[in-house]
Amino acid sequence: MLEVKNLFIDFDTPEGKVKAVNDISFKIEENNSLAIVGESGSGKTQLAFSILGLLDKNANVRGEIIYKNNNLLKLKENELNKIRSKKISIIFQDPMTSLNPYMRIKNQLNEILIYHQGFTNEKATNESIRILDAVKINDSKNIINCYPHELSGGMRQRVMIAMSIICKPEIIIADEPTTSLDVTIQSQIMDLFNDIKKEFKTSLILITHNMGIVSNSCNKIMVMYGGKIMELGNTKEVFQKPLHPYTKGLLETVPRIDENYKVLKTIKGDPINMIDPPRGCIFRTRCPNPTHDCKEGKTKNKLFESKPDHWVDQCCVNCI
Amino acid sequence: MFFLNNKISKLSKNLSSINVIKGRSLWYDARLRFFKNKAALISLLCLVLILLFSFLGPLFAQWSNEEIDWSVLGDISTLGYPSIETGHYFGTDELGRDLYSRVIQGTKISLMVGILGALIAVTVGTIYGAIAGYFGGKIDSLMMRIVDILMSIPYMFVLILLLVIFGRSILMLFVGIGLISWLDMARIVRGQTLSIKKKEYVEAAITIGVNHFTIIRKHIIPNLLGVVSVYATLLVPGMILTESFISFLGLGVQEPNTSWGALISEGAGTMRYGTLWQLLFPLFFFVVSLFSLFFIGDGLRDALDPKDR
Amino acid sequence: MKNKYLLSVNNLSVDYVSNNSFIFPWENNRVVKAVKNVNFNISEGKTLGIVGETGCGKSTIAKAIINLIKIKSGNIYWQGAEITNLPEKLMKNYRKEIQMIFQDPLASLNPRMNVGEIISEPLVTHFPNMSKKEIIKQVKELMINVGLLPNQINRYPHEFSGGQCQRIGIARCLILKPKLIICDEPVSSLDVSIQAQVINLLKSLQKIYKLSYIFITHDLNIAKHMSDDIIVLHFGNIVEMNKSDNIFNNPQHDYTKKLISSVPKI
Repeated sequence: MLEVKNLFIDFDTPEGKVKAVNDISFKIEENNSLAIVGESGSGKTQLAFSILGLLDKNANVRGEIIYKNNNLLKLKENELNKIRSKKISIIFQDPMTSLNPYMRIKNQLNEILIYHQGFTNEKATNESIRILDAVKINDSKNIINCYPHELSGGMRQRVMIAMSIICKPEIIIADEPTTSLDVTIQSQIMDLFNDIKKEFKTSLILITHNMGIVSNSCNKIMVMYGGKIMELGNTKEVFQKPLHPYTKGLLETVPRIDENYKVLKTIKGDPINMIDPPRGCIFRTRCPNPTHDCKEGKTKNKLFESKPDHWVDQCCVNCI
Repeated sequence: MFFLNNKISKLSKNLSSINVIKGRSLWYDARLRFFKNKAALISLLCLVLILLFSFLGPLFAQWSNEEIDWSVLGDISTLGYPSIETGHYFGTDELGRDLYSRVIQGTKISLMVGILGALIAVTVGTIYGAIAGYFGGKIDSLMMRIVDILMSIPYMFVLILLLVIFGRSILMLFVGIGLISWLDMARIVRGQTLSIKKKEYVEAAITIGVNHFTIIRKHIIPNLLGVVSVYATLLVPGMILTESFISFLGLGVQEPNTSWGALISEGAGTMRYGTLWQLLFPLFFFVVSLFSLFFIGDGLRDALDPKDR
Repeated sequence: MKNKYLLSVNNLSVDYVSNNSFIFPWENNRVVKAVKNVNFNISEGKTLGIVGETGCGKSTIAKAIINLIKIKSGNIYWQGAEITNLPEKLMKNYRKEIQMIFQDPLASLNPRMNVGEIISEPLVTHFPNMSKKEIIKQVKELMINVGLLPNQINRYPHEFSGGQCQRIGIARCLILKPKLIICDEPVSSLDVSIQAQVINLLKSLQKIYKLSYIFITHDLNIAKHMSDDIIVLHFGNIVEMNKSDNIFNNPQHDYTKKLISSVPKI
């Protein structure tokens, strides 16, 4: 349904060219959910923004993003607007800042309906109340007249989710939706996502650095580092038998409640500088077992299908 | 523990051979951004040239600023014309004095009033505002109410009154302008201090045990300087304009001292006699200086942008 | 007589009062009871974990202990001596012994000072007669201990990554050789792969320097790993206090059970 082919994104900054995304290709089929996992600097947010054309003006994008036989990168603004929110919608990271503080919830929800479905104000308000009930907001008739600052973080995120599903889109992109929320609210929001997927048959692209929330919500996972894909496959398989040292490191570095540790397992080194990334294999500065060629920067990153539907970077698969 | 001891002994062996890396401070980054701004650079150059003019110009002058050239009196509009031969590069004024020297004199005085005045305003205003903002509570209320009261006094009126009562002198001009100009700066600095006070590095400094005035000196004021320097470069033209206005009214510096305002005033008065150079030369320097200062202020603001972490 | 506890907190209550009645005398001040009757003790070399969600008052307790905010009622004792609401002059001596690591590593460092100046600031404040050479020597040694290269001493905070900035913050705390360090969500804003590095560093430093920690976090995984004892806070009240293992194996209070069950399991 959505296919990304050979995507490159770089940014012109006063300090130099930031190569945020380097040759990414993947597919999402209908009724499937993909989790994009990576840390700061991996390029995952830029990837999500590029799908909907939300990148800054200093971004240079090359490649193709094919959605229903259209290359989204080549569409004009008004054609892209028809897809935004209606077919592909996005939930941003920080619910504090993604809602307009000067508009009531009612107006923010109605705006989408009036633009995309051509509803009248009254019809839109009724539909908005219905959607707020669907995201399990209890007092929807009162909440709809509130301003964002009168709601808690969890409520605001639910309103954001309501805004994203109001036109029943086919794909929802959620950019770190639970990072700024407490752990109890986090589990409620993830349950909500699962309900929405079931009821509206939407595909979910979940962007996160938290491996924990991936396991129950997405059937496919893509691990990114330094703008490249390190591993791509089914969530269960990748979690049980990770083929890439970075994936393995991410899974092992978070201490589990049901185990005791003397010393936590770490991924050595520091995040890389995207203006001047390491030559050769991009992971070599943090790899636990780099080969001699890797250390010299002579190897290249390339995805290959190690097992059926389980792709991993050819360079690092020997280093695990 | 073992690995740390090992690491320490290994590293201390290499300590002497590792060269200390030079840091890249935020001021350095801002300087780079400023120099990339063409308008600001050109303006800086213009300002420097005008300053040089005021210092080196007297070397080329053939007449002093008080000497009256008796030969041109009587028919200034034809004989007082700017020319290289007579030595009156900029022509003469109504009384036969060399305009070139007078303009140099005016440039010196106006720039001095502007720059020194701004410096005083910045110093007094910053310290006052930082103390008020940092301590907050009753101290802040009291200090800011004083500022409010002083601000509400009609400024021009007081200044003119002072000059009339105590006589016209450069000192009086400074006192008058100085009394008022630090008020805006104090307000701005206080506002900035309120937001800097809440930052975590100020909390960290309190946790360490640093005393209040050291915190203001080391943590608050350096982080204000960005905003302060932008407003300071906008204060300078403001002061020059004020002084020019006063001089234009005839209440500014005493003869034979002069300033741009006084010269423009005289020049404007004699325009109908065709002696346009008496107006245009001082006006040119006045306008170019002000424009340069505004562009430099703009350039500084872009260089010290809020993205400046 | 040396008190057996390093820090004792008795019936601590902290209120946040809005200043409305100063501006509008007819309105009442709004009072938020941030912390209500909190009691705990910390012994030498032990780590106390404080867990809870946003707004439960954990940071407020931290700030109350180091005298950054005023306490409404209750007492805080440091090795037997009372330090509740102490005036700043007297508090200065205790500041050598109680230090704090902040949540946002970049924001807790003055962007206009270089690393050397930041780490040496406590020395300069408490030992104004120390020679510059001695100060630089101590700073460089400490930089090595926290995993930074000493040749970076003239660099500025924005030239470092988040994890390295947090190491600078830790070095700044350690230079006075304190006995207690309050860690206010020290790894929450760091990348996952760096969190483990900093946590390992904190644990190893605890052994070397014989430190006690108050470890504040909303992340239960890390709380269990770091803490000997844990306090669970809910809206300013302690709902459960027990040894770390007991809390997770046998939670008593409903809220604790809810927290533990919400933690996503891989």
